[in-house]
Amino acid sequence: MQRTVFRSRWLPYVLVAPQMAVTVIFFFWPALKSLQLSLYQVSPFGDKSTFIGLANFSKLLRDPEYYESVGNSFIFAGGVTVLAVLGALVLAGLATQKIRGLAIYRTLLLWPYGIAPAVAGIIFLFIFHPAYGILPYLLSFVTAYDFNWLLKSWVAMSLVIVATAWTHLGYNIAFYIAGLLAIPASVMEAADVDGAGPIRRFVAIVFPLVSPITFYLVVLNMVFAFFESFGVIDAVTKGGPGHSTEIMVYKLYRDGFIGLNLGSSGAQSVILMAMVIGLTVLQFRFAEKKVTYR
Amino acid sequence: MPALALTLALLLVPASPALAKTEIQFWHAMTGQLNDAVNSLVKQFNESQSEYEVKPLQKGSYAETLTAAIAAYRQRQAPHIVQVFEAGTQTMMLSGAVLPVYQLMKEQEIAVDWKDFIAPVVGYYSKDGNLYSMPFNSSTPILYYNKDAFQKAGLDPTKPPQTWKQVEEFSKKLIASGASKCGFSTGWPSWVQVENMHALHDQPFATRHNGFDGLDTQLLINREFGVKHVAQLAAWQKDNIFSYGGRGGAADPKFLSGECGIYMQSSALIGGFTKAASFKWGTGQLPHYGAPYKRATSIIGGATLWVMKGKPTAENRGTARFLKFISDTNQQMWWHVTTGYLAISNSAVKNLEAGYHFKKNPDQFTAFAQLTKGQATANSQGLRLGNFVQIRDVIEAELENIFAGKKTAKQGLDDAVAKSNEMLKEFAAANKQ
Repeated sequence: MQRTVFRSRWLPYVLVAPQMAVTVIFFFWPALKSLQLSLYQVSPFGDKSTFIGLANFSKLLRDPEYYESVGNSFIFAGGVTVLAVLGALVLAGLATQKIRGLAIYRTLLLWPYGIAPAVAGIIFLFIFHPAYGILPYLLSFVTAYDFNWLLKSWVAMSLVIVATAWTHLGYNIAFYIAGLLAIPASVMEAADVDGAGPIRRFVAIVFPLVSPITFYLVVLNMVFAFFESFGVIDAVTKGGPGHSTEIMVYKLYRDGFIGLNLGSSGAQSVILMAMVIGLTVLQFRFAEKKVTYR
Repeated sequence: MPALALTLALLLVPASPALAKTEIQFWHAMTGQLNDAVNSLVKQFNESQSEYEVKPLQKGSYAETLTAAIAAYRQRQAPHIVQVFEAGTQTMMLSGAVLPVYQLMKEQEIAVDWKDFIAPVVGYYSKDGNLYSMPFNSSTPILYYNKDAFQKAGLDPTKPPQTWKQVEEFSKKLIASGASKCGFSTGWPSWVQVENMHALHDQPFATRHNGFDGLDTQLLINREFGVKHVAQLAAWQKDNIFSYGGRGGAADPKFLSGECGIYMQSSALIGGFTKAASFKWGTGQLPHYGAPYKRATSIIGGATLWVMKGKPTAENRGTARFLKFISDTNQQMWWHVTTGYLAISNSAVKNLEAGYHFKKNPDQFTAFAQLTKGQATANSQGLRLGNFVQIRDVIEAELENIFAGKKTAKQGLDDAVAKSNEMLKEFAAANKQ
């Protein structure tokens, strides 16, 4: 790799300064603030603030509901990641075939990403609502099973997973299409000549060649599911029924912004942050070894 | 350049009287038609005098408005007036960030006939007999029923169910005749079915006079009455006599689509239902179990206007004038007729009665009847709990577990009480210093 040499000693620092400033102001500073907040018991208006050490953490770790939200987060993030990444790979595979009107299909596939999560939630609400949704109505002709996610946990969880995965699908598809198009035609032709079928070609050639993208998307989708999937849940289930779709970031929001319990909310965000950093490090250490960069 | 400065000064001076209007920031959470009503009310005030200009600003949901006001207060940028829902009352009272309205009016020497305010509303927001925030939009839950469905089921469409037994009986008929798929549903599960049902049956919701007498309070909803009612709802859920429809107003479509023939929800929805329902409907008072329980009044919900402290006296004067303006009889009558929220003064109610408003709009009277004709007791004054928003969340989550059959009514309510008591203890500890 070629090293760029700057003649001025200061220029490189000036060039990275804006990015550093953004990172420090919008990431490090709030992170430090929540770390500080997590050690205090704070009244909503901030007039009474007592240092209580790690009491916010120990209270969380004794709370079965907190563990429930951790469990929910993993189910949710796992579901969203698998669905959004695998679904994107399949759809991108289809969208790189030689078919008529390809540009239109590709555009349509990317569309959902342009929809705000909260709006996506509302759309799913209209489709799936037990009282006025179209799908439960149609399903009632097929099965007597009542898909009432207002009371059935697994239906509620599946619903928010599907809705969230759908909003993120377009983003993943864009990456996969680029990845698939970058595979040299000669390699595929060679495989063809050797008599490899479509499945064999996919497993032996395509999958390894797009593995860097898969790896990147898995990390990104997981982080997205942990941190930014709040809109869909707020619009559809509000964490219910019971606490069964209350993922960590949603509990944090409810405790902090609705319940005004800032200390506990701060502690939750510190744990969440540590957990996502840990998961990402793990992925880089183990999964990356299986990734083939070209 | 003194000459230029002088010229500029001369140019600016004559313009200033027109700019001298003192601005009063008013943050609220009213959306849709209600937002229009707020803007119209503010316009009436701004046009009624020339010294002050109230600037209304919609800040999102109740919770978002409160969070925004708190953030602004901490930056010393608080609005003069902020609308806070009833569940935030204790938080506001103990915040040290507010100027109680009774004190504001006293400081500004503006006479307000506090005795004219209707008791259930004033009681909820007073401490030691003094009103802390100005009641703005108050409502109470009532019963709505689908007259067309009643007709179809062979029920008298002029007679809403009055007891829970009748609710069950009517629901069965509605379902059996195919007039509706489910019997009844409810909005705001904790507010309507737990908080108000305890008040209506003269049962305490929490110790220490529902929290009015001190911070060392504990919930009592897992006692005989609470368990009986919630267990009954859970049993009815199995037969579709009751059909759970979610938190807040999420169940409204169940009534509006005709799925459930009976619905319990805030009286403030009269306006919305008038616009949205494609069938004839009527209202009645909330159902009661009858003896051995006494019948007390229901309690109110909604929001009040809080005055943030730390503003100059001159600005506080504008705030006081505005609050006085909205509590006046004429504005109260206008507000009630326009929005469906309760008029908060007895004189406004009397005038509305004299103007045959209630004769023409009997549904608008149901809430008043429930609040004024019942017996006001210590249990029906209201609830004064810290962390109340979270406590409601806890109760509603447990109700969902119970209705889903994951827990029995007793287990679920025991769990809700244990968790809530922990939150109450925390609130008391945080506010003791």
